[in-house]
Amino acid sequence: MSAILTVSHLTMRFGGLVAVNNLSFAAQRGEITALIGPNGAGKTTVFNCVTGFYKPTSGMLELDGRDGATHLLERLPDFRIAREARVARTFQNIRLFPGMSLLENLMVAQHNPLMRASGFTVFGLLGLPWYRVAERDAIDRARYWLDRINLIDRADDPAGELPYGAQRRLEIARAMCTEPDLLCLDEPAAGLNARESAELDELLLFIRNEHKTSILLIEHDMSVVMKICDHIVVLDYGVKIAEGPPDHIRNDAKVIAAYLGVETDEVDAVEAEAGR
Amino acid sequence: MTDAATPSPPRFAFGAALKSAALSAVVALGLFGLMVGIRTETGPTGSLIYWTRFGDVALLVAAVFLGRFLRVLAFGDGPIRLQRLVPARWQEASAGGERFARLMPGRNLGGIFSIALLGFALVAPILFFNNRYALDLGILVLTYVMLGWGLNIVVGLAGLLDLGYVAFYAVGAYSYALLAQNFDLSFWVCLPLAGILAAFWGLILGFPVLRLRGDYLAIVTLAFGEIIRIVLLNWQNVTGGPNGISSIPRPSFFGIPFNNDDDGFAAVFGLDYSATHRIVFLFYLILMLALLTNWVTLRLRRLPIGRAWEALREDEIACRSLGINTTNTKLTAFAIGAMFGGFAGAFFATRQGFISPESFSFVESALILAIVVLGGMGSQLGVAIAAIVTIGGFELFREFAAYRMLVFGGAMVLIMVWRPRGLIGTRTPSVFLKQRKAIAGALVGEGRG
Repeated sequence: MSAILTVSHLTMRFGGLVAVNNLSFAAQRGEITALIGPNGAGKTTVFNCVTGFYKPTSGMLELDGRDGATHLLERLPDFRIAREARVARTFQNIRLFPGMSLLENLMVAQHNPLMRASGFTVFGLLGLPWYRVAERDAIDRARYWLDRINLIDRADDPAGELPYGAQRRLEIARAMCTEPDLLCLDEPAAGLNARESAELDELLLFIRNEHKTSILLIEHDMSVVMKICDHIVVLDYGVKIAEGPPDHIRNDAKVIAAYLGVETDEVDAVEAEAGR
Repeated sequence: MTDAATPSPPRFAFGAALKSAALSAVVALGLFGLMVGIRTETGPTGSLIYWTRFGDVALLVAAVFLGRFLRVLAFGDGPIRLQRLVPARWQEASAGGERFARLMPGRNLGGIFSIALLGFALVAPILFFNNRYALDLGILVLTYVMLGWGLNIVVGLAGLLDLGYVAFYAVGAYSYALLAQNFDLSFWVCLPLAGILAAFWGLILGFPVLRLRGDYLAIVTLAFGEIIRIVLLNWQNVTGGPNGISSIPRPSFFGIPFNNDDDGFAAVFGLDYSATHRIVFLFYLILMLALLTNWVTLRLRRLPIGRAWEALREDEIACRSLGINTTNTKLTAFAIGAMFGGFAGAFFATRQGFISPESFSFVESALILAIVVLGGMGSQLGVAIAAIVTIGGFELFREFAAYRMLVFGGAMVLIMVWRPRGLIGTRTPSVFLKQRKAIAGALVGEGRG
């Protein structure tokens, strides 16, 4: 087993605020890695650094691609991280193309291969056959994913008309249509009911097992995290406080303290220990 | 359309209306008292003479008082909901139309109408052969249809608000005029060159505005349009400045000139000479250019680049997360839109035979943008109808003389109240699995640059 994403000494400062401080962790290939922590712990900031939406203040983000090439994510602009390093992402507040049909949403995700097939528009404009073949393949891939997320019957409806849970699934399908090596999901279970949440677990396990795509996710829903994740990294105030498999994290004193707070006498004990 | 059903706002009491009207009257008195009440002029000896017109002031103040009084009495003190001014029957009709459009996707109704419109355009020169005015109007309308379609790529598809589109029209016109005059190139050689040069200027505009959005983008494009016009006005030894360029070569029928000579168009084809031949040729020329624009746009919409434009309009950040180079996508939209503007400009120059910077003022940009917005952003048929309505409306209201703009503006406001997303507010998906369903305009993004 090898690491697909290695984060080393990542620091992100916004003016005087240190959102992420000297964070190092690795996500293993073929595993689901979760990034958890209380609100404001810096999870989304880490995500935005990995996907290029923020440039980190310092640190290194290495992605080892399927083809063996190593991409230094901190040096690539966001769209090249998606195109060359093959990192796809979803957003905490869903970002679909609401005025486009479900099928079109998934076609836009296959922009780069289709662009090459259309000879950067020239051949496509002339209606040459190899673009038609590529387009048919792209539609097939879209159909496969629509089938997988149980939305095939709504393929021609606008994405903006879907219920919330379906929009979440569509966003994951759209990210998968870019054929990523690493899929980053920002709170995929937020706002889902129990049944939808179970469907999501199934979908994510399917993506990991059948497509061999590694997943990095942020999640607040502990039932999802504990059930499907292979490895958990816990952040608090931008610092890693624990790391390990779910069973280990569940019993970690620091994690419990960060989430639930601690009794006053424990604080006194810790302060006495620190010599204050 | 629930507005019709909501209860009307509480009627204001008589006293409150009187009070509000009196306040407005005082403000009116303050404003009009000096502006209208005292008229100053330079006297015959150069001294300042003035006289008073307090009767007019009294009339104006009375009008403000009465107007405010009635308005508060009828609509209350708050803002007037414009939709309340449109008869409920119309609103229902428009809602019904939308429902109809969703049931019967674009293909059927819109398709039949498009074909009818195209058929009419093809036979128009034969029907109106002896009506020079109608032919000229037809050419004008088609020019604006083409410009509208060109701008539709930038504004309607990519969602980039461009207030300086006329700059590319000007670049195309001057490219043709200068190339044809100085290098003696024929129209068919100059046409692609004019398009390429305009596309080049589209890229030049594109680079600085890549990071701008919405209002800021609009201001820079507006300035760009003015810069081009002012450069044309001041670069005397190249563009002729305010005198413009005259005696631009007229188009020939693939080398055969439209004149009364033995080798002219009429003689070669064994027809009686008529000056209308050239007009008819120009009509078909602009029709073909416009149809080319339409064909390319429709084709591009089904290609990845066109989908990327529309996705960019919907959500730029999501585009980047999918690996789409938004910089290139925006630049191609600017360049291709500008190219069609350049083609139209070259046509304009050869039709007029004379161009000057006056033809490329901001009003033209605003008119083209109005056509795109009125037609429904992104809709090809909508833009064509809007161009006919707008340019035709201009001619129709000619008898109102000075009030033409007022009547025209009022008509535009009414249309936008009736159909806030333009005449054709629905969007047709570029690809479908089972059924092509029109997408309601409310879901489609407008783009913020």
